[in-house]
Amino acid sequence: MTTLSGAFRDSVTMLRRDFRHSLRYPAMTIGGTAVPVVFLLLFVGVFGHTLGAGLRAATSGASYVGYLAPGIIVMTAGAAAAATAINVCLDMNEGIIARFRTMAITRTSVLTGQVVGSLIRTLISGALVTAVAFAVGFRPTATPAEWIAATGLFAMLTLALTWLAVAFGLLAKTPAGANSLSLIPEFLPFISSAFVPPDTMPGGVRWFAENQPFTPIIETLRGLLTGTPIGANAFLAVAWCAVIAAVGYLWARTLYDRLPTRAPRAVAA
Amino acid sequence: MNEPLPTSLVAAPTGLAVKTRGLRKSFGAKTVLDGIDLDVPKATIFALLGPNGAGKTTMVQILSTLLRFDAGEVTIAGFDLGREAKAIRAAIGVTGQFSAVDNLLTGEENLILMADLHHLDQRAGRRRVAELLDRFDLVEAASQMVATYSGGMRRKLDLAMTLLGDPRLIFLDEPTTGLDPRSRRTMWQITRDLVAAGVTIFLTTQNLEEADQLADYIAVLDHGRIVADGTPNELKRRIPGGHVQLHFRNVQAVDTAMTRLGEGSRDDDALTLQVPNDGTPKSLEGLLDRLDRQAIPVERLTVHAPDLDDVFFALTGQPQPEKEFAS
Repeated sequence: MTTLSGAFRDSVTMLRRDFRHSLRYPAMTIGGTAVPVVFLLLFVGVFGHTLGAGLRAATSGASYVGYLAPGIIVMTAGAAAAATAINVCLDMNEGIIARFRTMAITRTSVLTGQVVGSLIRTLISGALVTAVAFAVGFRPTATPAEWIAATGLFAMLTLALTWLAVAFGLLAKTPAGANSLSLIPEFLPFISSAFVPPDTMPGGVRWFAENQPFTPIIETLRGLLTGTPIGANAFLAVAWCAVIAAVGYLWARTLYDRLPTRAPRAVAA
Repeated sequence: MNEPLPTSLVAAPTGLAVKTRGLRKSFGAKTVLDGIDLDVPKATIFALLGPNGAGKTTMVQILSTLLRFDAGEVTIAGFDLGREAKAIRAAIGVTGQFSAVDNLLTGEENLILMADLHHLDQRAGRRRVAELLDRFDLVEAASQMVATYSGGMRRKLDLAMTLLGDPRLIFLDEPTTGLDPRSRRTMWQITRDLVAAGVTIFLTTQNLEEADQLADYIAVLDHGRIVADGTPNELKRRIPGGHVQLHFRNVQAVDTAMTRLGEGSRDDDALTLQVPNDGTPKSLEGLLDRLDRQAIPVERLTVHAPDLDDVFFALTGQPQPEKEFAS
């Protein structure tokens, strides 16, 4: 058997394992969808009137939900990444991981299984969040080709954040630590163009919001879904995703190879 | 007690399953393994006996490719540990004191996971899984989540998962720690059956009886060194017949007894003094006589059959080391 087909087969086996886990322990998957939905409802239903009125000039009269929804969809990827980091950290504390490491299987297949599993779950969450946004008044104007491009961008972002989350999960010794680390991708969208345009922000914050990775990604998604200008954001969005994915993957792989053998939970006597 | 099997009865007894020369490992400034030389012939049970913190688990983690070692030469199943880890992984199986099972899967799903990772085709895999569930008496629990299993069931599933890959060499790291006596006997029987089928077992244990029951050869590990090795019979000949534990009212009484008897190992928390004694009427009489003549204020005494403490006392001249660090 060639190494490549072995790697593929092992990764599919690990994906099946990850899928079973998500069925047995669905809280994480549900949380990944619930958090962005709560933000969506909060910002549309509670703050929406004031924010929308204040933004009318800056957003050329579009409804606030139309401005907000693409940012919330991007936040879905961040929230799902937090769940992935916690899942990976919990999993690495299980004795079965030590067994995998003593077996003649493709070394990173455990991680690949988790990443592909997370990617599928996050795409479903993204679709659900989009549906809820639609229910509260989001009316995208995207053509089928633009929908495909938007889905592709969301998948790229998810893949990048998931590899980063896997590295966080491996780095943290406890699930609480993994959760703290993943607050970064989860809350970074707040200081971006997700909720309000950066040019309404004061100096230093504005500079940060304009130059951090989430803004070009949100702007590109917003452009694809609602027809706002995209410009150079498309290139920046793809470049940021590629860089984050590469860093996350290499970091995760290095950490997994160096993984100390932790004492897993003792057996119940 | 098992004598080594006659060579003619052992399946394919050529060569060594494990060979180490000058194996060393430190964690920072703490030396955990300090030059270990071992030879484990194929199709035998080898027991590494020692207290917590002696370095047993570290030894298993190194030999099973989980941990790097600092110095020495190690050959496992004919492969060099430094260069051929992948070939070694294909030949070995590991069942530890911490169960290497997936708690969120059912017992059957755990075994199917192993079948898939060993690239068995689906039919062969299912057949093997069914066989193992039956052999380990796990058929009824097969569709329950492992998180609900008892310690004994978990350990059996763990070993079944190890066996799915048909390993030629199995590391059993304290396989019966925390098990009830019945589950312990079951594990012992399974181990014997495996060796009869030609598998080599590398066992670690803190339990002298377990080593005595199972092992063809025992090495005693203490503070990272092999302090004694031999067949169970050879070792037992070197161990005195147990000890008597003297219980006192207070520390002063322990002091008095220690001074007047001039031997034994004391425990000031438990207010006891442990003196070597084989427990025969004659030697007990001798001890009672001395206690009486020297007016040692003993509250009561208990007689103990030889255990690991005695092995340590006899082999190292030290009572068993403090059980402070997890191995």
